[in-house]
Amino acid sequence: MTLQTQHPVPGAPPAAAAVPRPKAHRFSARLHRSPNLRLAGLVTAPAGWLVLVYVAALAALLITAFWTVDTFTGKVSTVWTTDNLVTVLTDPVYQRITLRTLWIAIAVTLIDLVLALPMAFFIAKVAGPRWQKLLVVAVLMPLWASYLVKAYAWRNVLADGGLLEWLGAPIGLESPGYGETAVILTLAYIWLPFMILPIYAGFDRVPDSLLEASGDLGAKPLTTMRLVMFPLLVPSIIAGTIFTFSLSLGDYITAQIVGGTTQMLGTVVYANVGAANNLPFAAAVSLVPIAIITLYLFIVRRSGALNSL
Amino acid sequence: MRLSRSAKVILGVVTAVVFLFIYLPLLLVVVNSFNADRTFGWPPQGFTLEWWGRALDSTGVREAVVSSLWVALVSTIISLVLGTLLALALLRYKFFGRDVISLLVILPIALPGIVTGIALNNMFTTILGVSLSMWTVVIAHATFCMVTVFNNVIARLRRMHGGLEEASADLGAGVFTTFRLVTFPQLRSALLAGGLLAFALSFDEIIVTTFTIGAGDTTLPIWILQNLFRPNQAPVVNVVAVVLIIVSIVPIWLAQRLSEDSVGIGATRVKVTEG
Repeated sequence: MTLQTQHPVPGAPPAAAAVPRPKAHRFSARLHRSPNLRLAGLVTAPAGWLVLVYVAALAALLITAFWTVDTFTGKVSTVWTTDNLVTVLTDPVYQRITLRTLWIAIAVTLIDLVLALPMAFFIAKVAGPRWQKLLVVAVLMPLWASYLVKAYAWRNVLADGGLLEWLGAPIGLESPGYGETAVILTLAYIWLPFMILPIYAGFDRVPDSLLEASGDLGAKPLTTMRLVMFPLLVPSIIAGTIFTFSLSLGDYITAQIVGGTTQMLGTVVYANVGAANNLPFAAAVSLVPIAIITLYLFIVRRSGALNSL
Repeated sequence: MRLSRSAKVILGVVTAVVFLFIYLPLLLVVVNSFNADRTFGWPPQGFTLEWWGRALDSTGVREAVVSSLWVALVSTIISLVLGTLLALALLRYKFFGRDVISLLVILPIALPGIVTGIALNNMFTTILGVSLSMWTVVIAHATFCMVTVFNNVIARLRRMHGGLEEASADLGAGVFTTFRLVTFPQLRSALLAGGLLAFALSFDEIIVTTFTIGAGDTTLPIWILQNLFRPNQAPVVNVVAVVLIIVSIVPIWLAQRLSEDSVGIGATRVKVTEG
């Protein structure tokens, strides 16, 4: 119907296609007859790209972690060793960095949870429909602003004589300066929208009638929240924590910008790729956050959170 | 559940304060790009357009903008082609390995950026022996931008009516003619939205970029990182940061108007790349 009016003459004008047409026709006809050929034509390029570029790179990363660097030439030599992994796991320096990174990721996740819960609840259940739409967009917008710019913005906020010092002066608060606290604050800031959105979606899915029924049966708001809403919300909360936790674990730019001398696992990886020129060791260090995230995903897998990502 | 008035007010105030927390630091960068005081103490001492002028005059900034645009454009084109093909294949056909591939397309953004970054760096330098350049950045960006196009196209395909394509084939149109005249026009806005998101994602990406860029090359985010710790460049860094905010937010805003499912909840995982 619409098609007819839009394109009264299907196909190219005959004059333009006079020569190549028969060949193209035969190919098109073969494609039409064979779904397998069509599928191969569609899937080869993208799947090939993902496997050749990405899967191969991840596999190579795992292998490289067991290689060494020739101390004289500075080149990677393919001598197999578990030294890199052993150092990462047993050297007290790296143990401390791993624990610190873990602590930062947990602190960021908790701060975001505390900020996101009331806010998501307000947007989903208290605000009117028009406000709701507007507020969701207001959460989404900064989500897409550059990660680097956000970290840089906090460098300004935390600076000597900066905004935070000015705001805190009347109530006797000082800026924490650049360091671990600054890293936690900044990361909590950067990843907050990633916590708000899944939790908001979770609240939004809880039917109002359920809450009303609970109220009608005599439950006070807090009881309804604890016994009706919270259990339904657990998968969404876990989905949010996956983002904030795993994104914080892999960070190094924020640590570089507002962390002062604070070292995270990412800092070590970056230093070994660049200045120290020890890719096998960097690969071994990068396996630590991968292992922690995998473990975390494994633990929360049964909650059903992975389906609500 | 009936909330008391005061409970609602308290929740509203908390929400407002958190929004202030979200927007204030970004606003500060914008204000500081006009702040006459070189040390950017608060409150600002005066208004100036000097930094904007200096940023426009800086060849380093101009070159970085051009490279960033080029990288974003090429990666967007690659991801448009690959993402569309993949969405068509995964939605229209059932085949062995389908689930694995649908997981693979999300993986580059589901893993922290540093993992993707070092994996690709290691692949290029150690395994393949390729020297890093703008092209290695493009390959890296296209790998994680593919998913934005994929998400948009597959969401549109789910809502599309397959009957139109069958009708087209029944009326004698070949496979390519049907795509060109029936499928593509229906996908157009989804492609535009996915492409805009891919562009924004690539334009301000920093982590994967630091691992895959050649020694002499700079994109705009790399330029910021290099000049961040130089006090005499601070005013220009502010201006570049504002440009980066605008260039990443405007396409998102456009994409959202084009396609309802483009920047919704599912898109949060798209933005994971930034980590």
